[in-house]
Amino acid sequence: MLILHCPYCDVMAEETDLAPGGEAHLRREATASDDAAFRDYLFQRRNPRGVHFERWRHAFGCGKWFHAARCTQTLEVFGTYSAQVSTPPDDILAKIRSRRPDWKGFE
Amino acid sequence: MKRYSVFALAREAARHHTGWERAWRSPLPKSDYEVVIVGAGGHGLATAYYLARNHGIRNIAVLEKGWLGGGNTGRNTTIIRSNYLQDESAAIYEKARGLYETLSQDLNYNIMFSPRGVMMLCQTEHELRAMKRTAHANRLAGIETEMVSPRRVKEIVKIIETGGPRYPVLGGLWQPRGGTARHDAVAWGYARAASDLGVDIIQQCEVTGVDRDGGAVTGVQTSRGAIGCKKLCVVVAGSSGVLAEMAGFRLPVESVALQALVSEPIKPCMDCVVMANTVHGYMSQSDKGEMVIGGGADGFNNYTQRGSFQHLEETVRALIETFPMISRLKMLRHWGGIVDMTGDRSPIISKTPVEGMFINCGWGTGGFKAIPGSGWATAEMVADGAPRALAAPFSLDRFTEGRMIDESVAAAVAH
Repeated sequence: MLILHCPYCDVMAEETDLAPGGEAHLRREATASDDAAFRDYLFQRRNPRGVHFERWRHAFGCGKWFHAARCTQTLEVFGTYSAQVSTPPDDILAKIRSRRPDWKGFE
Repeated sequence: MKRYSVFALAREAARHHTGWERAWRSPLPKSDYEVVIVGAGGHGLATAYYLARNHGIRNIAVLEKGWLGGGNTGRNTTIIRSNYLQDESAAIYEKARGLYETLSQDLNYNIMFSPRGVMMLCQTEHELRAMKRTAHANRLAGIETEMVSPRRVKEIVKIIETGGPRYPVLGGLWQPRGGTARHDAVAWGYARAASDLGVDIIQQCEVTGVDRDGGAVTGVQTSRGAIGCKKLCVVVAGSSGVLAEMAGFRLPVESVALQALVSEPIKPCMDCVVMANTVHGYMSQSDKGEMVIGGGADGFNNYTQRGSFQHLEETVRALIETFPMISRLKMLRHWGGIVDMTGDRSPIISKTPVEGMFINCGWGTGGFKAIPGSGWATAEMVADGAPRALAAPFSLDRFTEGRMIDESVAAAVAH
């Protein structure tokens, strides 16, 4: 079972307490954007086999959204962090690089 | 290829089964092919077979990372049905179901197609209305389904509890010509028939890169060397995102785990497939007597092909209310497969931004039932260079144009 640390409650939350929210750090498109940009925002996904950044909600806890950095191939969790950021924080990136030296980095 | 028949069986029985030949060849990869298909699952092998048989293209290689039929083709719950709401889906799934009817004769391989009937339960008022709408849509599309009463549901499915406390059975959508088939045999049958037509099936050959020249595909890099090709068709389900990344584009697809389990074998108790979409579980009985049980997909990206215990509990808990007699069954095996989910829960059969490269993916949790129709439509597209009527609605353009084929809302369930 997937276990993630909720950065707000400071507890380890089990998969059954959490609700997945899909890929993190997507750029929201505005009315001036063209069809392709909206397609990318709404549907196109990175879907990597390896390091992935996701949104999760502590549904049966505090109810708040947070971010998680996770490996989709091994289910290893690199860390969780606040929802109030648009890119992963440096300490999470450093943690991922120490565990995955050949990782290409966050685009 | 020596044909399988009652005479072949008698001949081999008389000589202690020393004369059977290998079902398909295992050739070394050539340096060039006209068409390279990545992925030797049901969809990839069916594409190869129909390319060779319907379109006369025989210079084909099917590359497989692992072993033939070892992905979702060997991991599904073998259900075949075509009772879809949207016209585009109804057309391709009914084409597939129709081809399944005579596939054993066509391939000279017993795929054990068993049109035992599929019962989709209605357990809320909303579901009852949605299913009535589907029944009408099916009638217009020429697919034989009917709405049946709770009493008729009980007649067909003897072990069901129709008066459940939370979710009583209010009716059912019955497709009498739906059913099951032996999933491995579908892969093996297509492999044997395709191999006989000259298709090279190369197992344990992982594609590691897509070669391009000026935006057009020229071949693939593999763990067994470079292989050139004029056309490339990627049919890799859960790994579609990884292959697309190699070719430099993204797909509207996310890979998640779908799990299934089987019980210990028991005496025959249920001779059709039952799907309970409200509680989200489905069940059939295999020829061995095992109850084959499936549930919903996970909600997060996952490439591990492993199951998880809370999902087991969730799925079985959902079914016990509808089938009280399974509450004491022991579960024997449990596994996971990686399915490729699209936003509208409809597949993608399409050209790609790379010239000469085609993709067949996005079947999500319901690919097995579509194998013959999917292979048929994909072969048409690869042979012509553009999709024909069956595949055209399933192009990648629909995500830019907002022309969704929404089976997600139609079924209110991933499928």
